[in-house]
Amino acid sequence: MSNGYDETHDSHDLAPGDEYLEGGSLGERALGYVTGLGLAVLLTATSFFVAGTDLVWQPSIPVALVVLAIAQMGVHLVFFLHITTGPDNTNNVLALAFGVLIVLLVIGGSLWIMSHLNQNMMPMDQIMQMQR
Amino acid sequence: MAGGALAYPHADPHHLGGMQATGTAHTGVAPKRIVTGYGFWIFILSDMVMFSAFFATYAVLLHQTAGGPSGRELFNLRNVAIETGCLLASSFTCGFASIAADFRNRTWFQIAMAVTCVFGLAFLAIEGREFADLVERGAGPTRSAFLSAFFTLVGCHGLHVSAGELWLLTMMAQVFAKGFRADIQRRILCFALFWHALDIIWIAVFTIVYLIGSAQ
Repeated sequence: MSNGYDETHDSHDLAPGDEYLEGGSLGERALGYVTGLGLAVLLTATSFFVAGTDLVWQPSIPVALVVLAIAQMGVHLVFFLHITTGPDNTNNVLALAFGVLIVLLVIGGSLWIMSHLNQNMMPMDQIMQMQR
Repeated sequence: MAGGALAYPHADPHHLGGMQATGTAHTGVAPKRIVTGYGFWIFILSDMVMFSAFFATYAVLLHQTAGGPSGRELFNLRNVAIETGCLLASSFTCGFASIAADFRNRTWFQIAMAVTCVFGLAFLAIEGREFADLVERGAGPTRSAFLSAFFTLVGCHGLHVSAGELWLLTMMAQVFAKGFRADIQRRILCFALFWHALDIIWIAVFTIVYLIGSAQ
């Protein structure tokens, strides 16, 4: 079944967001979004449940929440944005990998530096006394 | 080695029989849809880098409440769950709008986009009410560094959703007036990317800001 684009696909790349080179059937494509929605709802519900539960060791909760969030981002990327590991998707994945690298550097670097500055800084009341 | 038939059969040591032309063939410039989509994908990634700076700010300032209220006292997780549901549902219906656009079905495209719009507006309404409520309780962005970071991050996401709503209505009008031309199809592709990316950022917001923030 044609997806009706006027441009011919003579290249072996996919645009980000496009799922099929030649356009999948309605059922296939709808099933992808339904699967994504199901997984996303499951992961979101788990996140909200874990955040309020007393059943697990409390310090593990933030880690669990971050893992669940990353998993859900993966689900959204694959089922909604159609960023996959297929050979026709390498350009999109490489751009994403670079973006993720910068995001990790910004967040991880900021937290690392600021926690060290906090530890090495004199308590605020002592600074206030020195300024008098 | 151009052409199907090989002039020198003995020069084909791997018995590919002219298969070189398939697989990694480079046949000129990529279609405009791929170039446009890729460019917009780069923009979305740079937008996510910008959000990562706001997330880092929020994480660093999480405990700097200046004696004011902390997340545990302020956040209403039931509202956040409803907001999350609205945005997820709108992302889902946006997917159906792109399917309808690919099949050039105007009616279903407009219906799916209208539903997407309504879910997005519901999200914005709940968020706006939450912000107004916080300011009314004396927990506005000027109260503490924590609240400044909170309003900047969540407000910036809300601003993106508002811009997305305007874009959504523009796309509905353009399809209504011009139909599914190739350039309109490319804009629909970019809009869908934008809308799904906003939902990805919201996953980070509800996890880091609300769920982890309300445990502090």
